[in-house]
Amino acid sequence: MNGVHDMGGMDGFGKVEPEPNEPMFHVDWEARVLAMVRAMGAAGAFNIDTSRFYRETLPPHVYLSSSYYKKWFLGLEEMLIEKGYLTRQEIAAGHAMQAPKALKHGKFDLNQVERIMVRGKFARPAPAPAKFNIGDRVRAKNIHPTTHTRLPRYVRGHLGVVELNHGCHVFPDSAAMELGENPQWLYTVVFEGRDLWGTDGDPTLKVSIDAFEPYLDLA
Amino acid sequence: MSHDHDHHHHDHSELSETELRVRALETILTEKGYVEPAALDAIIQAYETKIGPHNGARVVAKAWTDPAFKKALLEDGSKAIGTLGHVSRVGDHLVVVENTPERHNMVVCTLCSCYPWEMLGLPPVWYKASPYRSRAVKDPRGVLADFNVTLPKDTEIRVWDSTAETRFLVLPMRPEGTEGWGEEQLAELVTRDSMIGTGFARTPGAPS
Repeated sequence: MNGVHDMGGMDGFGKVEPEPNEPMFHVDWEARVLAMVRAMGAAGAFNIDTSRFYRETLPPHVYLSSSYYKKWFLGLEEMLIEKGYLTRQEIAAGHAMQAPKALKHGKFDLNQVERIMVRGKFARPAPAPAKFNIGDRVRAKNIHPTTHTRLPRYVRGHLGVVELNHGCHVFPDSAAMELGENPQWLYTVVFEGRDLWGTDGDPTLKVSIDAFEPYLDLA
Repeated sequence: MSHDHDHHHHDHSELSETELRVRALETILTEKGYVEPAALDAIIQAYETKIGPHNGARVVAKAWTDPAFKKALLEDGSKAIGTLGHVSRVGDHLVVVENTPERHNMVVCTLCSCYPWEMLGLPPVWYKASPYRSRAVKDPRGVLADFNVTLPKDTEIRVWDSTAETRFLVLPMRPEGTEGWGEEQLAELVTRDSMIGTGFARTPGAPS
């Protein structure tokens, strides 16, 4: 979706402000939110693409004015309500009032912690041969899905070159909508900075994205 | 102080409301039997104590001292790191990209916050915030200036927008004046920012 989360190339956000000796969490609740998102995801309440989509669909003014973990929290709460794991009444009461909904992988307990400290594997067997070869010139499609996509706006319609092939992976556009994994080939596609940003752009700049095959046409 | 770091504002009414809501959610998840609070504690503890930029620093230092490892690392990052017992395991598809005098690599996630957690720990606030996400792909030299980093005019800048399942780690240039140094000593010069591409490795004797 063309949301405010798709920030590449937007102006006006100001300087990057590194914080010397930044703590891992600025307040304790941030750590609890991180842990709850990891735990409920691992328990099977949602997949990572769905959780990204819930954050992207926060109203733009909320997205832009909320800290990172606040966005995670708001997305988590809404997602768990919509998927039937809890209710708005329970949120308002601050307590459980209804029977739980079964989790795909069961309760998240201490025995589950070790396995989630390594990122999940999203590679899948190839359903078809790769369409593109390394070195191929490709054009990023000019598409504007209103649902989740990992094709950033700033490359749409532009020509690039396939540089790496990462194999087949779960397709986020399908997975986010719970339409199945629909594995697709994933490529690193590199674009000239001046093609993206015009002749005033930095002549030394190249930018790459990781593009799934359905995002690309052979040029 | 940036306008989007609302946790810096010490706005107690807003903060406490969020804190109450987060606690309420944890209570409900616990009462419904979805999560065990001790398991949440253990997740947080693992992030606080086990994973962090020291993992990436060990990998970089080894690459600086062992040409065969460096070659393997650039060919298949996940596989090469998998051969080292002393760093945390990595998931799928870690791609390591090498900085040289001719080319400077920098990593961003314009859509959210993709980051090589296993190698660098949790990303800093600036990495996940709007200024970096919006500008890194369009004006990387301007972003580098915010980090007090200046590159020669003709150095190619390659920005890797981490939009999918791949995670990227920058292999910074080995600082001069470190001939004969061992891996552990070298690892102390490797900063988190140098492995994102918004900084260089420290030079010997420079303040940390």
